Amino acid sequence: MSSPNPYNIREDYYYTKEHEWAQVDENIVTVGITEYAQKALGEIVYIEFPEEGQKVNQNEPFGVVESVKAVSDLYAPVSGTVIEVNSGLLEDPGPINDDPMNDGWLIRIEMDSEKELVNLIRAPEYIKLTSKDKK
Amino acid sequence: MSEIQKTPLHDEHERLGGRMVEFAGWHMPVEFEGLRAEHQTVRENVGLFDVSHMGEIWVRGPKSLETLQWLTSNDVSKLEANKAQYSLLTNEKGGIVDDIYVYCLKPNELYLVCVNAANVDKDFHWMVDHNRGAEIENESAAWAQIAVQGPKARALVGEIFGQRMTSLKRNDFVVTTYDLENCIVACTGYTGEDGFEIFVPNASAVTLWRMLLRTGEKFGCKPIGLGARDTLRTEMKFSLYGHEIDDTTNPIEAGLGWVVKPQKGEFLGKSPIVEAKEKGATRKLVGFKMIDKGIPRAGYPLLTFDKKPAGTVTSGTLSPSLNEGIGIGYLPANMAGEGTEFYVDIRGRALKAKVVKTPFVTPKS
Repeated sequence: MSSPNPYNIREDYYYTKEHEWAQVDENIVTVGITEYAQKALGEIVYIEFPEEGQKVNQNEPFGVVESVKAVSDLYAPVSGTVIEVNSGLLEDPGPINDDPMNDGWLIRIEMDSEKELVNLIRAPEYIKLTSKDKK
Repeated sequence: MSEIQKTPLHDEHERLGGRMVEFAGWHMPVEFEGLRAEHQTVRENVGLFDVSHMGEIWVRGPKSLETLQWLTSNDVSKLEANKAQYSLLTNEKGGIVDDIYVYCLKPNELYLVCVNAANVDKDFHWMVDHNRGAEIENESAAWAQIAVQGPKARALVGEIFGQRMTSLKRNDFVVTTYDLENCIVACTGYTGEDGFEIFVPNASAVTLWRMLLRTGEKFGCKPIGLGARDTLRTEMKFSLYGHEIDDTTNPIEAGLGWVVKPQKGEFLGKSPIVEAKEKGATRKLVGFKMIDKGIPRAGYPLLTFDKKPAGTVTSGTLSPSLNEGIGIGYLPANMAGEGTEFYVDIRGRALKAKVVKTPFVTPKS
């Protein structure tokens, strides 16, 4: 398989080096984990969310996802206030495994300052990052 | 030992899409199609594990029995030819150097000791340093090992090694040939299911692996990674060296009193172990289930009901069979009774759990 984009990395998203994606719609940022991250962790079975209204800081943990065998921190791509969590995933984590880049989104953040976006990476660089890790 | 080692089956794993990780100095597959599916394959059909990283130490000669009686906690004199036993290498303080399997090929003449991958060098030196006149040789580098585990393991192994395999009882083994090489087919395993562990010389490992996969296709046989190996053994509350037991653990507190046989005579660490047996251990290894939703993980603190430190989780996972959080850990003896409720500190949140009967899962085979 020599597809240049095996993890369906989207051009319009921002990414962190910790494998979260961020979709920016004015000052609202939807956050999830990338398909690369999901594949590396294996089936996600449990998620720990922040409370709605909680403040999060860029590059700091805001929750965890757990696979059967491991726990993994989630890092906030931007600073701001959590305005919504995808609480349906608590009952059924299916979407985060089947469609982590869309339906499996985790939280929505009201971003403090769009200036922080320069600290995130874009698709071409993220593709490079994830192909480097591949054997 | 700095170089990462590869088993003879390494390239097979890569070809089968295994996700490779470093484990105990070895490059091993952690997962193939997915942990949960692999776990289920072993519980319902049959799975293949590459356990070539395990160590093989031979103990030979007229002092072999005396030496093994001194080094190990179980009674080796009870072993007839073609019988194996679970046992412990113990130290003077009653701690556990390693948990091992002893295979008797010929009483008081030839024994094979199978040891944990991470402990091969430590065990070998320990055995040589406390030798009572046996010839002890570390042949780990020459042997591969394939575990065939699951309700359909017997049918599969029978097709390849002959129908006499199907009458083997737990802990029986036979020395036979495969591919013109001597190998050992033992009715043992680390999953709780019926199954076999096959010791085969490196040169024949790939042929045997492929033969097992091909013949096993009709039984739903698949390769299984270390991830499922760990969840399978956790569901049985089998100890993993470095987690439940180590050089400082007394076998009694670890619930391994059943492989300690003081009646057999002197052995390393006998008196501290017997003392623990008579006085009773102050802490005990228990199996527990989460009442609140959460997954316990190794290292998380266990707390009393008034949130005082009580112990530590040694292994924990989401049980793929039960779909709930299960764990193993040490608790004070007065909290170790079945049904006792306590807290697990899961990343700062005290979540309720309770001591349950183990194994967590009753195997079908």
